[in-house]
Amino acid sequence: MQADFQHKQAAHCENGAIVNLLGDKGFKISEPMAFGLGSGLFFVYLPFLKINHAPGISYRPMPGKIFNRMAKRLGIKVQRFKFSDPKKAQQKLDENLSKNIPTGLVVGVYNLPYFPDEYRFHFNAHNIVVFGKENGNYLISDSVMDYTVSLNEDELEKVRYAKGALAPKGHLYYPVSVPETIDLTNPIKKAIKQTCNDMLAPVPLVGVKAIRWVAKDILKWHKKLGVAKTNYNLANMIRMQEEIGTGGGGFRFIYAAFLQEAGEYLKNQELLNLSQEMALIGDNWRDFALEASRVVKKRSNTENVYQVLSNDLMKLADMEEAFFKKLKKAV
Amino acid sequence: MKKNEVPQDDSPLKRKNINEMVYAVDDDGKFVSVQSTGWEAKTVVQHENLEVLDQRIQQALNDVKAGNVSPIVYFMELNRMDWQTLAAYVGKWTFFVKRHGKPNVFKSLNTKTLQKYADVFGISLTDLQNFKG
Repeated sequence: MQADFQHKQAAHCENGAIVNLLGDKGFKISEPMAFGLGSGLFFVYLPFLKINHAPGISYRPMPGKIFNRMAKRLGIKVQRFKFSDPKKAQQKLDENLSKNIPTGLVVGVYNLPYFPDEYRFHFNAHNIVVFGKENGNYLISDSVMDYTVSLNEDELEKVRYAKGALAPKGHLYYPVSVPETIDLTNPIKKAIKQTCNDMLAPVPLVGVKAIRWVAKDILKWHKKLGVAKTNYNLANMIRMQEEIGTGGGGFRFIYAAFLQEAGEYLKNQELLNLSQEMALIGDNWRDFALEASRVVKKRSNTENVYQVLSNDLMKLADMEEAFFKKLKKAV
Repeated sequence: MKKNEVPQDDSPLKRKNINEMVYAVDDDGKFVSVQSTGWEAKTVVQHENLEVLDQRIQQALNDVKAGNVSPIVYFMELNRMDWQTLAAYVGKWTFFVKRHGKPNVFKSLNTKTLQKYADVFGISLTDLQNFKG
């Protein structure tokens, strides 16, 4: 009972699951468009919340948000279930598969056997799509991979019932209805406005203000916690920024691609220009990641390197602030 | 990032034959998706990360040997968990789990509780009880 499901690779797991699930419903949408319509670009700093022994930094909104927002804006109906009983969770999944409904799951990364060891952490917001079951093995489309994989029942139950922060509790979702024709004009405008408001939010935890806070804290880490801990925090930040599943620097490029697609759709030249500018900001994020990785590797001990990183990050915050102010006016 | 600038470095993904996908600009200024085998900057921070975790495991091992902490701390680090994650897996308050990290409290734990920990760590009850570091 394998649906004629098409696996498409993506840069980010949640976008990928959306694209693959909707594609199966006959609704073709690109990953950047799904990401942009879900207002996926974000920044939040939670210094008091320790994740893997480092302050929490996320470049994306809460898991599930991207799909929910996008679905709402496009009038797509999505069913979501969580189960306290793993047996019921499996039952529902099997039921879906027997009806040829490819189904999205939120899972923990740590026990996914097909991931390299370097990616195995207790991170519980990874998205995969199950599209079939053969001889007791689930066929898995993990959109960050270029090929499909399979998991047996025990393996799948383990990752669906990963525990800890953001425990998925068997979380399962699938689109039930997609409108026949969709005009993207208003959804695009609304989504862009939300991203601008998020990034320019007048609170210190979110958006460019949060980026500035991290920039200041890099200096504080160095003074108060020492070089080893600072480097560890930096390494974690860059992992959050560039690793699959979370994105960050890479997100800027997806967003730039979205702005280009949106600009063409709306015939808005300003969006096309801004998409190239966003790509330049993405390059700057990558430069920051490269510089930070050098600092982490060399374990350099001068005050100066952290000052440089802090300044780079401040500059990024300034660039993004100017960018999102312009973007807000462009739609 | 231009299409031809997409890094194709050695990486943990490459060793598993996984390519990741990134977006870049082609010669006409169009955004396209490109496959990448990995990026060195990322591999560096991942290794740094694992190195620190290895140090934590080694430290926990030494602490168990010295009788400062119970085996629970070692296996927690070995499974890359922190107190909150472990507490969620065994279904107990963090406060109690931390107490179980003390050698004296650990010795007084009943079999049922110990079995819970052993299951979470994927080891046998005796392996957990007799772990001396």
